[in-house]
Amino acid sequence: MAGGQTSTEYIQHHLQNWTYGKLPVGYTRYDGTVLTEATWTSAHTAQEAKDMGFHAVHVDTLGWSIFLGALFIFIFSRIAKKATSDTPKGLQSFVELVVSFVDSTVKDTFHYRNRMIAPMGLTIFCWVFLMNFMDLIPVDWIPYFVANAVVGDSHFFFKVVPTTDPNATLGMAVGVFILMIFFSVQQKGLIGFIKELTFHPFSPPTKGAFIVLAPLMITINFILEFVSLSAKPISLGLRLFGNLYAGEMIFILIALMFGAGFVFGLFGGVLQWGWAVFHILVITLQAFVFMVLTTVYMAMAHDNHDEH
Amino acid sequence: MNINLTLIGQTITFFVFVWFCAKFVWPALIGVMQEREKKIADGLQAAERADKDLELAHKKAGEQLREAKEQAAEIIEQANKRATQIVDEAKDQAKAEADRLITAAKAEIEQEANRAKEELRGSVATLAIAGAEKILEQEIDPKSHNDLVSKLASQL
Repeated sequence: MAGGQTSTEYIQHHLQNWTYGKLPVGYTRYDGTVLTEATWTSAHTAQEAKDMGFHAVHVDTLGWSIFLGALFIFIFSRIAKKATSDTPKGLQSFVELVVSFVDSTVKDTFHYRNRMIAPMGLTIFCWVFLMNFMDLIPVDWIPYFVANAVVGDSHFFFKVVPTTDPNATLGMAVGVFILMIFFSVQQKGLIGFIKELTFHPFSPPTKGAFIVLAPLMITINFILEFVSLSAKPISLGLRLFGNLYAGEMIFILIALMFGAGFVFGLFGGVLQWGWAVFHILVITLQAFVFMVLTTVYMAMAHDNHDEH
Repeated sequence: MNINLTLIGQTITFFVFVWFCAKFVWPALIGVMQEREKKIADGLQAAERADKDLELAHKKAGEQLREAKEQAAEIIEQANKRATQIVDEAKDQAKAEADRLITAAKAEIEQEANRAKEELRGSVATLAIAGAEKILEQEIDPKSHNDLVSKLASQL
């Protein structure tokens, strides 16, 4: 806990991303200066970050997620380049273990021919796992180091777990959603996709006197199907975010105890250890769940209802 | 916790990583793993085949050993037979030789005896005449009495 903060300030500080964005003309900054023109800058308070609106970037979230994704890609592509079909050694056995695990999981749920799905599952599993893994690093270490040793401003916002930022998890979910729609249209055609949204679950009458009810049923179908379709990426993104956010929150609360004397500190250390051990399960499970659900959604996109 | 451009950035990052993984990482790793799977399957098959071959070779070797033993026994038997035959032949030859020698010896003895008899006959005639001369104390004409004496000698 940085000196002179209340617990609330400490928690809020830890939950604020490093936001780089555009502040409008005439905006009064934290130190009272008024901007004479629209400026791109780092937010210095939570209020500033909020006022930046949509035109802002969480540099820490993007930085860490790109760094961790690149780490995954670097390790795996290096192994892939050197891989031989002889007896696998060291890191290659581990990489192959992960690959075959993902491969069999994807094969269990996805039965169509698409060479994109399994690599996507691998990327999601490893990437999300690495991003979640940052949660196990004690909450103060990296932010404290960056704020004091690198930037030289103890008030600097810096979050290390990208998956505790809804932008990151929803961003990935949006990626999955785009692919879902893409494969749906690719497999069933645009007409087939629209039919799927409007002709299920109640198939409208196509002849007879009740044909006047068809537009009504199509509307009802569309409302139902649209909600269930759009709920998929939102639930996918928010599930991951919620789990990791809650986990990080508990780490922060435990970290508060370190500033409250020796006995509390010791107790906090024990709690921290216990929660970290439990969290190993959570981060792996959430990465796995994200991968499996993505695969399931892709399989649903390939399912053709007209064939039944 | 505000939703902002980060979301779009993350989506783009997501696509880039998925594309890279699908293009460069996944095919190489899966290829290697499938290749190894095939290698192992081939190896197992080869081992099975080798096992079968070994069994076959064992069988063949046993058969050959048995055949060789049989042949050896046959050869020994033949050799024994031949040895007996040779001994028998030698015996027969020796016997024949002995018989021949005995016959020859007998013939010689007979010849010798006959010669002795002839000699004796000649001597007996002379002796008889000399004896008769003495008995008659007179000169007998050898020419006139020769037939008589010869008749006497042949009766000996």
